[in-house]
Amino acid sequence: MELNFNGTDLCAVNGTRSAPEARYDLVVVGAGPSGIAAAIDGAAAGQSVLLVDENPVSGWLMGNDTPLYFGGRMTSATQNSDRMLEAIFMSMPDLESAMEAGVELLLGTTAWGVYRNGPGVNSLPDQVVGLADRDRSWMVGFKKIVIATGARDLAIAFPGWNQPGVMGAAALTMLLTRYDAFAGRRLLILGSHDLALETALLALDKGLEVAGLVEVRDAPQGSAALVEKLAAAGVAIHCGQSIKATKGGLDGVEGATLTDGTDFVCDTICVAIGLVPSIELVDAMHGARTLNAQRGGYIPAGEPNVITVGDCAGLADTGFDHVAYRMDWVRAALKTNAPDTIICQCEEVTLADLIGVQPPQYLDRPPAIQARSLDTLLQDGPANPDQIKRLTRSGMGVCQGRRCRDQVAMLLAIESDKPFGTIPLATHRAPVRPLPLKILAEWDEPAAMDAAWDVWFGIPTQWVPVEDIGTPQEDAHREMLYTGMYK
Amino acid sequence: MSGSEVVIVGGGVTGLSAGWWLARSGVKVTVLDKFIVGWEASGRNGGGASHYSSPLFDEEQRMWPQMDELLGYPTEHQKGRILIAMTERQWEQYRFIAERHTRLNHPVELLDVKQVQEAVPLAGDNCFGGVHYKFGGHANPQRTVQAYAWALQDLGGKIIQHSPVTGFETAGGKVTAVKTANATYGCDAVVVAAGPQIPQLMAQLGVDVPLAAARAEMIITEPAPMMPLGGVDGHKIYGRQTLRGNLAYGGGPHEWLDVDATGPAARPSTPLARNLAKRLAELLPKAAHLNVIRSWAGVIENSPDGRPIIDRLTSPDNVVVASMSSVGFGLSPASGHAIRDLVIDGKCSFADIDILKLSRFDGLEKDWREKRGWMPIA
Ligand SMILES: Cc1cc2nc3c(=O)[nH]c(=O)nc-3n(C[C@H](O)[C@H](O)[C@H](O)COP(=O)(O)OP(=O)(O)OC[C@H]3O[C@@H](n4cnc5c(N)ncnc54)[C@H](O)[C@@H]3O)c2cc1C
Repeated sequence: MELNFNGTDLCAVNGTRSAPEARYDLVVVGAGPSGIAAAIDGAAAGQSVLLVDENPVSGWLMGNDTPLYFGGRMTSATQNSDRMLEAIFMSMPDLESAMEAGVELLLGTTAWGVYRNGPGVNSLPDQVVGLADRDRSWMVGFKKIVIATGARDLAIAFPGWNQPGVMGAAALTMLLTRYDAFAGRRLLILGSHDLALETALLALDKGLEVAGLVEVRDAPQGSAALVEKLAAAGVAIHCGQSIKATKGGLDGVEGATLTDGTDFVCDTICVAIGLVPSIELVDAMHGARTLNAQRGGYIPAGEPNVITVGDCAGLADTGFDHVAYRMDWVRAALKTNAPDTIICQCEEVTLADLIGVQPPQYLDRPPAIQARSLDTLLQDGPANPDQIKRLTRSGMGVCQGRRCRDQVAMLLAIESDKPFGTIPLATHRAPVRPLPLKILAEWDEPAAMDAAWDVWFGIPTQWVPVEDIGTPQEDAHREMLYTGMYK
Repeated sequence: MSGSEVVIVGGGVTGLSAGWWLARSGVKVTVLDKFIVGWEASGRNGGGASHYSSPLFDEEQRMWPQMDELLGYPTEHQKGRILIAMTERQWEQYRFIAERHTRLNHPVELLDVKQVQEAVPLAGDNCFGGVHYKFGGHANPQRTVQAYAWALQDLGGKIIQHSPVTGFETAGGKVTAVKTANATYGCDAVVVAAGPQIPQLMAQLGVDVPLAAARAEMIITEPAPMMPLGGVDGHKIYGRQTLRGNLAYGGGPHEWLDVDATGPAARPSTPLARNLAKRLAELLPKAAHLNVIRSWAGVIENSPDGRPIIDRLTSPDNVVVASMSSVGFGLSPASGHAIRDLVIDGKCSFADIDILKLSRFDGLEKDWREKRGWMPIA
């Protein structure tokens, strides 16, 4: 086969991508207080500003604990997106000010990926953010992006945590303060640092019952003033305890038993142990980040054109070591959790299978694999959550690891007897929210993309059967399967 | 060669399979990888195993159905493949491919639209027809990588991770040792299976291996109901349904890169995910509502003709070089066997692999990359 090269690979990505649909000086992701403030600042400085927020998210996403850990405790009010939109405006009057300042606002719009040229990619026409609403996805260019995606709930496994009624403090706060759509009545709250204390006080303020707070350490962890306020309200903090068992029924949680045997009746267990900065977008774009235990975990290291603000940039530093605190909870849970406790809910990976590095249940487990474990794997090198994920499927599910990634990293640190900071952060990947194929699809892609599209590299000699080389079949093969390439 | 030491540079499927085959023959093997086994292309690919264009094809087909048992660990190998044509032109092309399979005695069956829908419940009536390959198949790349690694260890082989090879020691026309930053590994023979890093490593031995690296991307959905056959592709995308039900698909334009000796600095995915999503939603319309939950990219190398290079050098004469030229996952059970043969016997025992010799590129133009347009974007 004579190939005539003309200096162009027609199947390379060069020049095939669409231009962004719109360009802004500034795109702000997340319309919380700090995102709104950044947007208003930008508009005041004469910039074109787009402010997007994924809320209100669909009931399906909420049901999958995305973006927050809702634990199935939202009322049917969350099925009504118009009502939710209204609720967002009511609860955030600054949104009106932003619009008056000239900010373009898109609610119900998810930023699912940020892309730019850098190591390993140089084919993007622009730096862009991928957006999606209920109907479609599109790309928007920016000069500067502010990521103000806040913080998400840290989840931790205990017996029965994988049932409705176990939820996070940020999700509860959102349901109570923004949507008035919390379906529970009586809460047991895990934690006693400020997050837990404030959550308890908020719940009381909203007329809910707080059965108690559970603290794994020997004393309350939060500010004295808040502890006092809670005591005055008659709510006890049970120190040196964690959850030994839960009772559940058709609607999920009905009660819990602490390690000291104390029983509680409750319909909700609110995990208020910690918040984790929502750095998915930054990590998925290979943005630099560092571990900062006082600021809630991994936080963006900061770059001139990719700015993070608010909780996404790190929780307020009060000197409290969030990582050490979470590790105490996970250590305690390791004492009470049975081997068959589910750690990854989406993929139903148990504690035993995680630590045993066993494949999912639908695969055979021949003797050789049963003899393998984290211990044997550690002989080959330090624990890496992405490798554990590949082998056990923990974190591979629809919630994209939101419920298990933090605990898996902590479990690996504990089981390998290494500081938490030595365990790499499991990779975040775009789309950082689940997005239906038909929404993610670029239906109106440029003709150049289709013209360059080949199933693989489009190298005519790559797929000619050896038997055909040097026969007329070889040319027939090229004529039929390779349109124009190298001609 | 029994009892001798072979050092393998690169713990992708090629190096690991070679190590496993060698260990089965009683050779002491040490596999060195710069990071974790399978971290590069070998853990990021489509898992396809139907390389009918290769001289290693028969061995690929013979080995896969036995691999779980031989390795002692699951690979999730599944047999068969269905290609669905979504345009008139694709239907013409796929029938052409089917015709040549028939001529080469590879069992295939043409499916009409109704048969496609029966065989592939997620397909629609928007297709032109399909081709059912009753051969080939797919496996789970990540599980396969680890299966090789563990099986090799079970046979006494060593895997040393986080150890980039920095160079070689040579004496008397042979490589006598392989060096990393912290250690030197004496050896009787070396296999260089370092993927896109092969040219830099081989340059240290004075050998020019023409390879160009590129990035390719994939997407994966949440689980779909299990289809009777997971190896469904066509419409110019490739992929598979995992045994969990997820749909993992790739294809489309690649981006040429320069990769330095330390490996790819990053493997970013791009908005190409949207173009993949479009084609997958068209190929399997009844899955169009399924959520995409991840995308990723991998870096692979290609030789000037797109075929692997599997060769034992004449000087130094104890080095086998193995680049799979972007089609190496499926072929790995066979490439490892060929490499074993070259190391031990100097000749492949089961197939004529002369076409994979490095010498076919003797006299290659210096500007072969420029000529093909295989240059990184400036
Ligand atoms: C998106 C995508 C889809 C694909 N789909 C398919 C498919 O469906 N079917 C198929 O057959 N193939 C497919 N491929 C190609 C296939 O993945 C590769 O051809 C195959 O994995 C190559 O394996 P390897 O072991 O030769 O190389 P690699 O996987 O690249 O492994 C090389 C190893 O060498 C190590 N290394 C490099 N330099 C050094 C050094 N100096 N010292 C020590 N170690 C070093 C690396 O860390 C790496 O682990 C696909 C590839 C991609 C990216």
